[in-house]
Amino acid sequence: MITAAPESIEAAAPSAPGLRAWRRFRANKVGVAALAIVVVLAAVALTFFVLDRMGIPFPRDPDATDLERKLLSPNAVNWLGTDNLGRDVLSRILNGAYISLTVGFVAVFVSLSIGVVVGAISGYFGKWVDNVIMRVVDALMCFPSFFLILTAVALLGPSILNIIVVIGLVSWTGTARLVRAEFLTLRESSYVQAARALGQKSWKIIFRHILPNAAAPIVVTAVLGVPEAILAEAGLSFLGFGVQPPQATWGNIIADGKTYILDAWWLILFPGLAILVAALSFYLTGDALRQAVETRSERQ
Amino acid sequence: MASFIVRRLLLSVVLLFLISVISFFIITLTPGSPYPWGELNPKISEEVKRVFREKFHLDRPLPEQYALIMRDLFTGKLRSIKDERPVLEKIGERLPATLVLNLGALALSLSFGLLLGIYGARHAGRAPDVITSVLAFVFIALPGFWISYLLAIVLVDYAAVPILGTHTIGVAFTGKAQVFLDYWWHAMLPASILAIGGIAVQSRFIRASMIETLREDYIRTARAKGLDENAVFYRHALRNSIRPLITGIGMLLPALISGAVIIENIFAYPGMGRLGYEAVLERDYPTLVALNFVTAALVLLGNLLADLLYAVVDPRVRLE
Repeated sequence: MITAAPESIEAAAPSAPGLRAWRRFRANKVGVAALAIVVVLAAVALTFFVLDRMGIPFPRDPDATDLERKLLSPNAVNWLGTDNLGRDVLSRILNGAYISLTVGFVAVFVSLSIGVVVGAISGYFGKWVDNVIMRVVDALMCFPSFFLILTAVALLGPSILNIIVVIGLVSWTGTARLVRAEFLTLRESSYVQAARALGQKSWKIIFRHILPNAAAPIVVTAVLGVPEAILAEAGLSFLGFGVQPPQATWGNIIADGKTYILDAWWLILFPGLAILVAALSFYLTGDALRQAVETRSERQ
Repeated sequence: MASFIVRRLLLSVVLLFLISVISFFIITLTPGSPYPWGELNPKISEEVKRVFREKFHLDRPLPEQYALIMRDLFTGKLRSIKDERPVLEKIGERLPATLVLNLGALALSLSFGLLLGIYGARHAGRAPDVITSVLAFVFIALPGFWISYLLAIVLVDYAAVPILGTHTIGVAFTGKAQVFLDYWWHAMLPASILAIGGIAVQSRFIRASMIETLREDYIRTARAKGLDENAVFYRHALRNSIRPLITGIGMLLPALISGAVIIENIFAYPGMGRLGYEAVLERDYPTLVALNFVTAALVLLGNLLADLLYAVVDPRVRLE
């Protein structure tokens, strides 16, 4: 427990809602378990990325082929079996983890940046600015997003950078709508009017005064955006427009394995489980966060 | 009501215009050769390239290209770069399959989503609710292509569910009804897989809306009258969850069409999603622009219908 000394109450006050939300989050067992899995996944991804860059093949070299040991079912040496070139599936899944997570985090960073700026401008200035921006957002929301991503990535050429940028560029609309709604209510509050009366510049009011107060729902959308990006990347990889071989990704292990679907179920099952567990843990973390944050606004 | 429809249609026209501009520029501004035979193929003479460019207006400035594409689209003259067939004809022959698949998936999403959502709300905060909530997120997090293959492995061995195409091969059905049933029967597995995510999303909305409704004054009144909990829940509260059900129609459509791109490929299902994927592979941009236009129009139509339906079932909503 954190006990505040009397003189530090004022300093602690701004973080108090955050603390309370955290306490509520900790009470949510599903959320805590999901967050733990997210942390473990991130640690695994980072570890195997570093091991790969240092040239340490662990548990095996993910790209080393061995045609005498091809399409082996899970066994004592290759715990999750081998693929059609005799590559170790477990090593490939572990090695592909960082691709999924990098795409997830960075694409969300891109979409969040665009969504926050566009939503803030739309909500803060209102009137025709809002009208124009929101019509563009409406138009973008009519597109089937995955098809748009597929089209753009296919035309640009599949590389990890292109995938991240395209996913980010396509998926900011939800964030923009949410931030706009927050700004529409917050801009009427007295502290914003006070800031305006004092002659503060618009961008300062937007980013210094309003944005921090809209932080909670933005964080929630960010967390919920990560699995969307992970699933989009997996889908792209599956269709052959993901990060290119020999680099292993969860999606392209399945895509390569589908030819052997009736002989080698392990090529489909395990990488898919990895995608499922990663996406699920982010969704559950995000949902628990949303609950923890929402209760706060209800009580205030 | 009439003025609402007129204004919504006008807005839809504006949105369709924006959509066509966005999709045209995404497709044309990305680098890469528009020629079906590749940029540097030495066997193709400059003359052939020039004729090709002229035929598809590629020699004009971009704004003019856009105008010409839209003109051709509306007059039905827009042709695919790949096989030079009219694009609308290509889309038209895929439309029935797409509608069967997506409407089937929509119906499954709404109905099972409703059931799951009601179940969760009925047991809010207790173990069954936690379990259905986690299950809903499992459904959302399931990669469609993965579950398709797993199901295909299992079903090929243990059930006689068709997993490819739209017709039973080698059987000539005589009755129209039989052909029709065969068609839907083939769409069942892809539609079910497509619906998995929709069921989950829909159940979350229904659950949230039910829980909110249960806090309303009229529910307290109903309880105070001494009505038993089932009557309160199913007769008074459930009515209000028809609203998120209708909103779901407009919201789920783009996601379903997106998902169909992958699912149709796996099950060799001849819908618009597969056409789109093929067009992407072939850089067939007239087809891509037209496809985006048609799907967006379908989505907008779905949204409009949802709004109208909304006003019909909820007398508090006035369309002005």
